[in-house]
Amino acid sequence: MENTYLAIVLGPLIAAVIAGLFGRQIGRVGAHTITILAVAVSCALSILVLKGQLIDGDPAYNGTVYTWMVTDGVNMEIGFLVDRLTALMMTVVTFVSLMVHVYTIGYMHDDPGYQRFFSYISLFTFAMLMLVMANNFLQLFFGWEAVGVVSYLLIGFWYTRPTAIFANMKAFLVNRVGDFGFLLGIAAIVHFTGSLDYAEVFTQAESMQGRQIEIFDGLPWSGLTVACICLFIGAMGKSAQVPLHVWLPDSMEGPTPISALIHAATMVTAGVFMVARMSPLFEYSEVALSFVLVIGATTALFTGFLGVVQNDIKRVIAYSTLSQLGYMMVALGASAYAAGIFHLGTHAFFKALLFLAAGSVIIGLHHEQDIRRMGGLKKYMPITYWTSLIGSLALIGFPGTAGFFSKDALIEAVHGATRAGSSYAYWCVLLGVFITALYTFRLFFLVFHGAERIDDDARGHLQESPWVVWVPLVMLAIPSLLIGWPTIGPVLFGDFFGAAIFVLPGNDVLGELGQGFHGAWGFLVHGLTSPVLYLAGAGVGVAWFCYLRRPDLPETLRARFAAVHTLLMNKYYADILVEKIIPKGSTGVGTLFWRIGDVVLIDGAAVNGSAKLVGWAAGVIRYMQTGYLYTYAFAMIIGLSALIGWVLWA
Amino acid sequence: MLGLTQYLILSALLFSISVAGIFLNRKNVLLLLMCIELMLLAVNFNFIAFSRFLGDTSGQVFVFFILTVAAAEAAIGLAILIVLFRSKRTINVEDLDVMKG
Repeated sequence: MENTYLAIVLGPLIAAVIAGLFGRQIGRVGAHTITILAVAVSCALSILVLKGQLIDGDPAYNGTVYTWMVTDGVNMEIGFLVDRLTALMMTVVTFVSLMVHVYTIGYMHDDPGYQRFFSYISLFTFAMLMLVMANNFLQLFFGWEAVGVVSYLLIGFWYTRPTAIFANMKAFLVNRVGDFGFLLGIAAIVHFTGSLDYAEVFTQAESMQGRQIEIFDGLPWSGLTVACICLFIGAMGKSAQVPLHVWLPDSMEGPTPISALIHAATMVTAGVFMVARMSPLFEYSEVALSFVLVIGATTALFTGFLGVVQNDIKRVIAYSTLSQLGYMMVALGASAYAAGIFHLGTHAFFKALLFLAAGSVIIGLHHEQDIRRMGGLKKYMPITYWTSLIGSLALIGFPGTAGFFSKDALIEAVHGATRAGSSYAYWCVLLGVFITALYTFRLFFLVFHGAERIDDDARGHLQESPWVVWVPLVMLAIPSLLIGWPTIGPVLFGDFFGAAIFVLPGNDVLGELGQGFHGAWGFLVHGLTSPVLYLAGAGVGVAWFCYLRRPDLPETLRARFAAVHTLLMNKYYADILVEKIIPKGSTGVGTLFWRIGDVVLIDGAAVNGSAKLVGWAAGVIRYMQTGYLYTYAFAMIIGLSALIGWVLWA
Repeated sequence: MLGLTQYLILSALLFSISVAGIFLNRKNVLLLLMCIELMLLAVNFNFIAFSRFLGDTSGQVFVFFILTVAAAEAAIGLAILIVLFRSKRTINVEDLDVMKG
């Protein structure tokens, strides 16, 4: 199996290198052929691996491919851990990546950086696969950083736009903050266990719980809690959780396929995957799980509000992504890891679908992204319309869609949790359902229904996008609609993940939920009685009333609640904090050190000061050398007297 | 009867006079040479006094050596002085300030 795994990982890498370095020689067709071929092979093999794990019952593979170095008893290796969790992630990543590759042919058709783009997304696929298939923390960190680099490159893909350069710099720097925590977490793990290998570390999780570490004097903390919280800070950066969420909306400066692949479906879920993978560690730390729960719940609700006021089609979906990532984190925090991963999987399909549909709209309108200048697109772009409808319904959790199963189960699981912060989280995710429905259908109605507010210029060319664009939409719409039915039973309540996810018996909220589970149909019927559905319905209703029935109403509301609107338009002033106050503060401190520390103390006192002192002393002593014999004789006598005096009296 | 103390005081006085002569004399290099001679004589005085009171004659042997060396030194010193006078046309101490780096 090792060769299969290597082929899955290395195929996209080789394709990326060829498309990147020899893009000019192989041309546009060559570049997209080779990368799509490589990713298609990866996808096919991943499905094969998933089938092997699920149906043929292959045992989990855990092996080392290459030992990079051994230092102080710590092995630094490249290895693969392929169990059902990994296989699921591999399939999701390669499938969405393949769809995005195909879609890109249409979307980037006129772009001069065509080959470069294909090279980057293939490289991303490689990095993401390395991340999910890692069997040790070093390789995890490699993948983690590599996806960050590719994300940086792709946000700034149109590098002549100042906004894009600003956005990629911001994404990179905010991610550094998280990565610093992540690195500290890994360092703590190595410190306590002396190993980087997952299996080795997990066996020592329980003993780590007892080890104490003092971060502040006299305040001993459980070493495990510190390690888990540090690792989660890494996840907060990569998965854009409050307060490190500020980079994700700005990352929409990148091309739309990237928003779909990296900033919605795969890379941003790396944090969720990582926490699920580390479940044997997190399970032993109640504090860390509560932390995850509260951060996730805050993100889920409060970034949802922001989506309601945005007018850029991609930004609305970006805030929705933030909110849904918050949902996944809430599930993890409630020990319902399987529900988090399940939502990750379904979200990957419908959010990629929504982004690609948004991209299709953007192509149709010649790169117009403001939803105030859209409307009534239904009759011009029917395929985009229907697939968007499926995506939107899945996102709000319409009964029967993939999103319904994952989100309903997730909310039920949080409801059943008893951990500190779980009631806060429950109310956040419940209210979040209403908000989700509101912003999703606000977007949907403003784009596809209502009065046409399109430029006359754009309307002339308005038509359905080419097949390379709509085929991926349809291919993603199918799982968005149907994937929930066969998978909910085994993934959530069955033994799907086996040993890959570890839950302590006392925390097993999903197990409890599973006792009342009698098939997908029964779950659907049960869902009809829960408040979730009615909240979502209310959200859609409000959106319909405000944006189709009475389009004048939002304006009135905005005027009435101007303070709230200003707060939301300014994104809770988080951007100002990140872009203005923190850099200003840092440069202020830097200037202070420069002026006082460097210029005055080091340059003034130490460097020039010692030179000046020597010069001054020499200037004084110079006068003692008169050249007269009697001066020297006198000095000799004085010296002699001093010496004799010293000998006699000392 | 004079004791050792009186001899040593005399010797110290002679030495002090010669040192003072070196410091205070700003006019004539010849005087410097004479002061140096006087310093050596003061030292000799010490030798003789100790030799006499300790009953050890080796002190007096040293005195002869020192007198010999002092005579040679005076000869060399006067020779240097003449050369100096030829080149500088002066033996005024105030004008001889070339011994600085």
